[in-house]
Amino acid sequence: MFDRRDLLKGAGLAAMAATLNSTKALALDTVTLPFANGERPLVKYPQKRAMIGLTSRPPQLETPFAVFNDGPLTPNNAFFVRYHLSDLPYNLDPDKFTLEVKGKVDKPLRLSLRDIRKMKATEIVAVNQCSGNSRGFFEPRVAGGQLANGAMGCARWRGVPLKTVLEMAGVQSGARQVTFNGMDGPVSDKTPDFIKALDLDHATDGEVMLAYGMNGEDLPFLNGFPLRLVVPGYYGTYWVKHLNEITVIDSVYDGFWMKSAYRIPDTPNNAIEPGTTPKATIPINRFTIRSFITSIHDGAKLKAGAVTLRGIAFDGGKGIKEVQVSTDGGKTWTSAKLGKDLGKYAFREWKLPVKLAAGTVELKVRATGNGGETQPDTPRWNPAGYLRNVVETVRVSVA
Amino acid sequence: MQRTVLLAVSLALAAAVGSALAAPVNYKTPDEVAAFKPGPNLEVVQGNCTACHSSDYINTQPPMKDKKAFWQAEVTKMIQVYGAPIDDADVGKIVDYLAATY
Repeated sequence: MFDRRDLLKGAGLAAMAATLNSTKALALDTVTLPFANGERPLVKYPQKRAMIGLTSRPPQLETPFAVFNDGPLTPNNAFFVRYHLSDLPYNLDPDKFTLEVKGKVDKPLRLSLRDIRKMKATEIVAVNQCSGNSRGFFEPRVAGGQLANGAMGCARWRGVPLKTVLEMAGVQSGARQVTFNGMDGPVSDKTPDFIKALDLDHATDGEVMLAYGMNGEDLPFLNGFPLRLVVPGYYGTYWVKHLNEITVIDSVYDGFWMKSAYRIPDTPNNAIEPGTTPKATIPINRFTIRSFITSIHDGAKLKAGAVTLRGIAFDGGKGIKEVQVSTDGGKTWTSAKLGKDLGKYAFREWKLPVKLAAGTVELKVRATGNGGETQPDTPRWNPAGYLRNVVETVRVSVA
Repeated sequence: MQRTVLLAVSLALAAAVGSALAAPVNYKTPDEVAAFKPGPNLEVVQGNCTACHSSDYINTQPPMKDKKAFWQAEVTKMIQVYGAPIDDADVGKIVDYLAATY
């Protein structure tokens, strides 16, 4: 069977291949994620390659992990997708799109996409990671989207600093937070709309961005076209998609998605005894530090001798200082060579040539950030299944 | 077959050019294929749950030790937090179905 994309490429029109209106659900394969009830369909959506399907309405797609071995920037067509509510703006018109800036500002704004694109653009390479990335590995298991490690990605985002737009609007004294609402919404008006908030000093730090570009292209529809918030170092829940409403408020926003959802225990390490309930919680915020081996998958069979291990590491914005690798189950560790530094919010590649002797080998990887934060040997637990960053282990058999 | 392919290509092209000129996005998701497993009170579950989300939300949840408590908590969350308009008489039926089927 032919591939339509190849036909288009043949016609020299690869750039236009991402049409949005192919309706056929292509029958693809299934994958089994490495936890109980982990079977998932591989699904094909417009603008996306085959992705791990978590849910179909609203769509939630996980990146197949092998993609992370291809480089520090995750391709747009492989970038994970997470929605909360099913009423997506499937038919939005970019010509009619407006971003409203209102609330405690001197001059409320209504900006078109063209207005925003005419402003001075900046770029930042930053990881976006779902709060629930790796939730499926929690033990005891917890309710929620059962993801393996593929609800993360790193892209070069292009747009304008939120700070610039807020300065244009003139934030009034007494303002405390800024809220963000996108065009996606609930099916029922009784369901709380997905609205997130940042403190004013965070919103005006110059790094938080209104992004329209991703890896040199427009945002894919499912990643927030035509405009999304980029909050470097922070979990994806703040990266509001299809962003069309910014409100400056003089209080702490108490909507459901801030006050009740996306909370982590207010304890050291934000962890509690597995299976228990936290006494107090705070909003989820910065990523914990993580690292992965990407060149070899768990259960791989390797030949004894020399092999170069590769992978990625990232943290909440201090940047990666060191990545260490163990080939003996954590008894001894060797520093890996770090790849090009694309910025403190980016995936940092690493590699290390090692020699493997025959037998069953546990490979481990552990990152340390510039702030001294490192990864725990045993998983931390919280009831929502957030923040996972245990030292990852890849078991291989060598012969 | 060849004609169909060419037609498909020209239609795709028209759509691509259209989107470059910023016509409405018209994004089409694949057909929803996930379905609830057969079980008691299936029609009550279909009638209540599918208004807001596809059945894979349920199908992908982890196997819990206390299924009844887990699903009771989920259904309660749907009603109290997300405002699902589920009749009191249906709550027990839905929980029974979920606990027996997933």
